[in-house]
Amino acid sequence: MTDLSTLEQEIFSGFANIKSKTELENFKIEILGKKGKLSKLFQDLATIEKDKKKEFASEINILKSKVLDKFQNLTNQFDQEELEKKLQDQTVDVTLPGTNRPQGKVHPVSQVIDELTSIFAELGFSVAEGPDVENEYNNFTALNTPPNHPARDMHDTFYLDESKNLLLRTHTSPVQIRTMLNGKPPFKIIAPGRTYRCDSDQTHTPMFHQLEGLYVDQNVTMADLRGCLDYFLKKFFEVDEIKMRFRPSHFPFTEPSAEVDIGYELKNGKITIGQGDKWLEILGCGMVHPNVLKNAKVDPSKYQGYAFGVGIDRLAMLKYGINDLRSFFESDVRWLEHFGFNANDVPSNYRGLSR
Amino acid sequence: MNITLNWLKKHLKTSSNTNAIAEKLTSIGLEVESITSASSNLSNFKVCKVLKAIKHPDADKLKVCDVDIGDGKITKVVCGASNARDGLITVYASPGTVIPKNGMKLSVAKIRGVESFGMLCSESELNLSEESEGIIELKNKLKIGDNFFTENLDPMIDISITPNRSDCLGVRGIARDLAACGEGSFIQQKIEKIKVTSKKNIKVEIARESGCSQFGGCYIEGVQNKESPVWLKKHLESVGQKPISAIVDITNYVMLDINRPLHAYDADKIKEKIIVRRSKKGESFKALDNKNYQLSADHCVISDKEKVLGLGGIIGGETTGIELDTTNIFLEAASFDPISIAKSSKELGIITDAKYRFERGVDPNSIEEGLIKASKLIQEICGGKISKINIIGKSNYKEKKIKFIVSNFKKLIGFSISNIEAIKILEKLGFIVKNKKTYLDLIVPSFRPDINQEVDIIEELIRIKGYNNIPLAEPNRIAFKPALNYEQKLFHYIQRSIASLGYLETVTWSFASSKINDLLTDKKLRLTNPISSDLDTLRTSIFSNILTHCKNNIDRGYKNLMLFEVGPVFNGINPGDQSVVAGALRLGHKIEKSWIEKNALSNVYDVKSDAISVLLDLGIEKDKLVIENKSNLLFHPGRSGSIYLGSNKGPLLATFGEINPIITNQLEFEKLSPCGFEIYLEGFKEPKKKQKDKNVFVVSKYQSVERDFAFVVDKNIKASEIISIIKNCEPILIQSIDIFDVYEGDNIEKNKKSIALSVKLQSMDKTLDEKTIEAISQQIILSVQAKTGGTLRS
Repeated sequence: MTDLSTLEQEIFSGFANIKSKTELENFKIEILGKKGKLSKLFQDLATIEKDKKKEFASEINILKSKVLDKFQNLTNQFDQEELEKKLQDQTVDVTLPGTNRPQGKVHPVSQVIDELTSIFAELGFSVAEGPDVENEYNNFTALNTPPNHPARDMHDTFYLDESKNLLLRTHTSPVQIRTMLNGKPPFKIIAPGRTYRCDSDQTHTPMFHQLEGLYVDQNVTMADLRGCLDYFLKKFFEVDEIKMRFRPSHFPFTEPSAEVDIGYELKNGKITIGQGDKWLEILGCGMVHPNVLKNAKVDPSKYQGYAFGVGIDRLAMLKYGINDLRSFFESDVRWLEHFGFNANDVPSNYRGLSR
Repeated sequence: MNITLNWLKKHLKTSSNTNAIAEKLTSIGLEVESITSASSNLSNFKVCKVLKAIKHPDADKLKVCDVDIGDGKITKVVCGASNARDGLITVYASPGTVIPKNGMKLSVAKIRGVESFGMLCSESELNLSEESEGIIELKNKLKIGDNFFTENLDPMIDISITPNRSDCLGVRGIARDLAACGEGSFIQQKIEKIKVTSKKNIKVEIARESGCSQFGGCYIEGVQNKESPVWLKKHLESVGQKPISAIVDITNYVMLDINRPLHAYDADKIKEKIIVRRSKKGESFKALDNKNYQLSADHCVISDKEKVLGLGGIIGGETTGIELDTTNIFLEAASFDPISIAKSSKELGIITDAKYRFERGVDPNSIEEGLIKASKLIQEICGGKISKINIIGKSNYKEKKIKFIVSNFKKLIGFSISNIEAIKILEKLGFIVKNKKTYLDLIVPSFRPDINQEVDIIEELIRIKGYNNIPLAEPNRIAFKPALNYEQKLFHYIQRSIASLGYLETVTWSFASSKINDLLTDKKLRLTNPISSDLDTLRTSIFSNILTHCKNNIDRGYKNLMLFEVGPVFNGINPGDQSVVAGALRLGHKIEKSWIEKNALSNVYDVKSDAISVLLDLGIEKDKLVIENKSNLLFHPGRSGSIYLGSNKGPLLATFGEINPIITNQLEFEKLSPCGFEIYLEGFKEPKKKQKDKNVFVVSKYQSVERDFAFVVDKNIKASEIISIIKNCEPILIQSIDIFDVYEGDNIEKNKKSIALSVKLQSMDKTLDEKTIEAISQQIILSVQAKTGGTLRS
């Protein structure tokens, strides 16, 4: 007959010495195995007097459950330690570089075209297009610039045939002609696109981008033109106020014609658009010349309107602080990464034009 | 056009200063490009004394001078003049000074190791004469340190005159515009008369269709040509004109003053008479610019009985040129056809002040006025007797009348102008106005060829009244059409889609080098006047420039690249022979210098999946894509493919592959085997089904099963063939077929390959039983074996 409390002491001091899961398993066999110390007690039960049997059995069961609990606790403890050790061993150096996914970018010209489209779409303009190769008629004659007109000399034109009938458009204005010839008034369009002049130096590239605007209806006035441009420039440069100056000028296809200057100031070598006492020429505009309307089969006694043309690359340079026009077209990946825009940065009115 | 305030004051009574005038000019459309303040620069030139001139230690022809400039110190100046010597009084220019002759700004410079603070000047450097031999030698009595230029030259105002405003190519026209806008008052000059004292003349004939409508001539006998008087020289110099001799200077002066070009001939060298006619092919003459011109037919020439004397309205000839010893002159003032002048000057490449003016329009009524002004000045300065002015030919000038409905101003501009104000402005601009209450009857002055219709009047009024009076109207938001159509949206999506894959967008010229471009197509769309020989053709491929630019990046040390462009590609030289293509190129490692995935180079399958990913972004359904093993000249013939929509006869959407080594060889980066894809936006049709028309969402609730197969087939059997054979076995139950292994080599016969596929089966209405699955599997195996001649790999 073993004294239960002695056995309990013996077992629990045994637990105290266990250092590993294997030892624990062996100890479990030693205690609870077929020939284990505790199992033996159940075998002894048969030899115990009947009246004490019930009480003894209950005591053994209490002890057994205590021991089982302890086993479970220790098992959990060892499992936990083992897991922790395993995880410890799995440690990697997270400061090593990750998998570099290349970051694609959208070219600033594309971004600015999207910004402009977003602004003018809000005002009800739709986007029109025309071909890069134009005939001499659409590029000049229809735009009230007949052959030998001195204004033609101001456009250094690329030609595709000896008779000088086919050329690369020198401005986006021929889109005005195409739009009007292919539709019925009213017209309210913008036409962004590539334009070409045979000119190359610090500030000129043989290809550049323009955005043409045209709004022709029965009562469109020069006051509407001013209002539209004021709205556009404020939106584009994301300022509340902009100093804008209309200066008389001459384009054969508009009358009256104006060049538009905006105020700016230079502070610490950085240009701030909108205020300041310096002027920067930003675009050309005017009321569509009646001859142009006539050439485009629109009745000038009924319809009138405005047109404007603005250099997209120049807008991009001013807004995003790009100094060299030529760098736009050189595909230097360092430049593209620096000035490019995230593919998700789609200009919109609710999210803002730019971040 | 250059003017000065002093010259302007001959026609305008004003007390404003140069800056105020300049501001006003810009505001009325006569844009001031610059104001050159001559006086502040000229005060940098000082009278100085060379104290000591010694030979430069390292240059035989240079001297190092100790110069006294009146500040009590000694200034070291290196000088190359042979006359630089001890004790010489001359002119010193300090660092920062702009040298009049060449516009160069002086700075402190080391000349052959010796620092030089400024410069000693020659007469030619100061535009005083042609004398460039040696530095100026001044008289001893001048005070050292005094300004060399004692009189202040008027600042020069450079105005950019728009091509319509020929009247402002004369100072008088500019004064008239200023007066109209309230800046001072216009001085109306009296029409002068000349006293005819000579009976000599030269007969003039104008041939038909000569390009000259009227020709005015005036003979002046017994003149004494000489250097111009100071006032005249100063006027011309102050606007950047070089004085030549009194007679020539006077013709230039009148031209600049009232926009009336004139020409003076040495009358004694004219043979018999003057004939204005069209040139004959093969004629030639030596012009005043010292060049010989071989003429084709049809130039308007001034000739005499024997020879061509000059090109009418463009340039005179040397034979009848005015010299200092010329004694009898014949003055010409004529009306030439602007188009004829423009053509001739373009063809012969001659640009002169006269041509510039005739091309834009010279007042046809100014012939007599010009001759009177010039001949009177000539008589004043050079003496001589003037003959009667003889004008032959018929003026083709027609007086222009315009009916101006005053309310139309408001209709176009957005605010109204009163009759009184309109009349005031127009009269000051030279119009003759009759007020008819609701409208004005106008007669346009002869010096305004640009004014032809009512809108031109409105322009004049708002220009003079001031553009800043135009109100700002709140823009309306009426739209007549959606902002973008389908094609435009595609353009927008494709840029963002390709960028989101990691490519950098670039924009390159629409023209390219034929050297590269011709490798990509057989079309030759040449520019007749390219800006340089390596940009001589319209690009027929989106890759023509990307490839070259790729090479530039490689040369800069960037060998892992992803670049793309979306833009026009040309198929002909007529308008509209173009289409929008997106081209993307990748080269080098997928992951730049990675320790994780070493040497993983971009390959055909990367660009294929990139292309497909973009097509899916653009709304193309994946199961409608058909891949074919062929492409175009851009790609490696064995490592490229095409993607069609629907079937291989459907529209071509894209091509992809490794760039043809023939091309990369040319650019010397074939070792980097770049890959790319092209997407052709013209292949896309707007789908009838919009996003809002999505199919009903249906999924099977029964389990799917997968079965794997491996076939050994001939190497040239395409994966797509096997997939389509399998799919056709059970089009409904087969949900997907994935290739998970392709193997050639050990254990596989030569010229054979093993392809392993996983086939997923699922039914919409029941769980598939083993029997059905087995039957389908057998059918797959038999079909593939029968149609490809392959075997199931054991």
